[in-house]
Amino acid sequence: MIRTENIYKSFHDTPVLKDVSLVFKKGQTNLIIGQSGSGKTVLMKCLVGLLNADAGNIFYDDRNFSAMRFRQRKVIRKELGMLFQGSALFDSMTVEENIMFPLDMFTTMTRKEKQKRAQFCLDRVNLHNVEHLLPAELSGGMKKRVAIARAISNKPKYLFCDEPNSGLDPPTAILIDKLISEITRELNITTVVNTHDMNSVMEIGDFVAYIYKGQLWWTGDRHTILHTSNAELNSFVYATELMRTIKSEDH
Amino acid sequence: MQVLHHIGKYLILVWIVLQRPENASIYRRQIINEMDKLGLNSLGIVAIVSVFMGAVVTIQTAFNTDHPMLPIYAVGFATRQSIILEFSPTVISLILAGKVGSQIASEIGTMRVTEQIDALEIMGVNAAGYLILPKVIAAMIINPVLIIISMFLGIFGGYLACFITGVEPLSNFLYGILFEFSQFDVLYAIIKTVVFAFIITTVSGYFGFYTKGGALEVGRSSTTAVVVSSIFIIIFNLILTQILLV
Repeated sequence: MIRTENIYKSFHDTPVLKDVSLVFKKGQTNLIIGQSGSGKTVLMKCLVGLLNADAGNIFYDDRNFSAMRFRQRKVIRKELGMLFQGSALFDSMTVEENIMFPLDMFTTMTRKEKQKRAQFCLDRVNLHNVEHLLPAELSGGMKKRVAIARAISNKPKYLFCDEPNSGLDPPTAILIDKLISEITRELNITTVVNTHDMNSVMEIGDFVAYIYKGQLWWTGDRHTILHTSNAELNSFVYATELMRTIKSEDH
Repeated sequence: MQVLHHIGKYLILVWIVLQRPENASIYRRQIINEMDKLGLNSLGIVAIVSVFMGAVVTIQTAFNTDHPMLPIYAVGFATRQSIILEFSPTVISLILAGKVGSQIASEIGTMRVTEQIDALEIMGVNAAGYLILPKVIAAMIINPVLIIISMFLGIFGGYLACFITGVEPLSNFLYGILFEFSQFDVLYAIIKTVVFAFIITTVSGYFGFYTKGGALEVGRSSTTAVVVSSIFIIIFNLILTQILLV
């Protein structure tokens, strides 16, 4: 479980996050949604420690991450996996080396054991015969899947995904969403996904937090989000023609 | 104030870089790779520049010291001293600052803007240490080797110039090369080179590591890294010369 308490963050006196308190439960896919510039990426960066919140606390299973020093944070960081918007695979390494990298760094596994684990992770994300390819030789969807494989290689307790299906065609985007959801349940981990894609919300949103102008505006799940009376959330959810059609057919 | 801010930030980065590595064997492998990438790949340019500069120094010295009162070893001696004391350690280091420095800054800068450094940090890896320390150690080992090769090739260039143009009798040139040779001069050149290698890798690493933005900023970081490294090399050249030779 990850819990945030009264998170505040500003850049040059411009408030970006205002009093955000949330609980992300274990074993479910937690989504942070909001318009571009709403502060959801900043919130995720605060969660993983890439940015320090100006005020407030972040707890990883009752361990106060915000109060920890750099070295203490390392213990928790080894329990994190993250899928970046641009995949962030290491260009100079092959797919297999990318997946083995966290194992190389933090485990005493033999090379064979690491290769076996890398193969397992690749199989899990349905990628085959790509272990010796470089990231530049992969398609966008394959890169995302390799990034997921790398994120889960060291058996994380917490998985973060920043816009996991941006730049992907709809079928591949759904595939990535489903993969994230399945892995969350299989490994019983806490997953936090940052997205503005309503398809993702409807596919995998076990818990949904809507951030509006830096504030936590609404929480619920993929079922309740369609029937909310919250005006700001409705304008976000029904921004596309597709969602408006679904709504009118519902009525 | 901006300069002080950068110096402070640079010193903090150097402190982080010098922290104990997470996994020494990975760093050892990285050091070998970097020695190949930063050092051996620069051998060609170092060789070409050294041979031609050695030849030019010899020809210019010969033309400017053509006087019966000057000893016969003057050309060889001046060429050797110029190459060992200044040309090989300083000029070659400036060339390496251009080649290696821009390579380091653009490589690390690209990793920054494509979130690869964020990925390392989230994994719990000391990203600065992992990316910069192997480069620092590799350059501090391989650059002195390059500089010694450069010394030999520079003197060889001078010998070739005498042989081809006849600007100085070969026997006089060789006599000058061997005249009152001091091993300390080579040690002095190696000390300078090691310091310059540290400057090139850490300054370039600093500008790459703190790149913000996109491709344009990566290019800007790369250029700034070369300019600042070169300025630091020139400043430290003066300081080290004062300390070691005077």
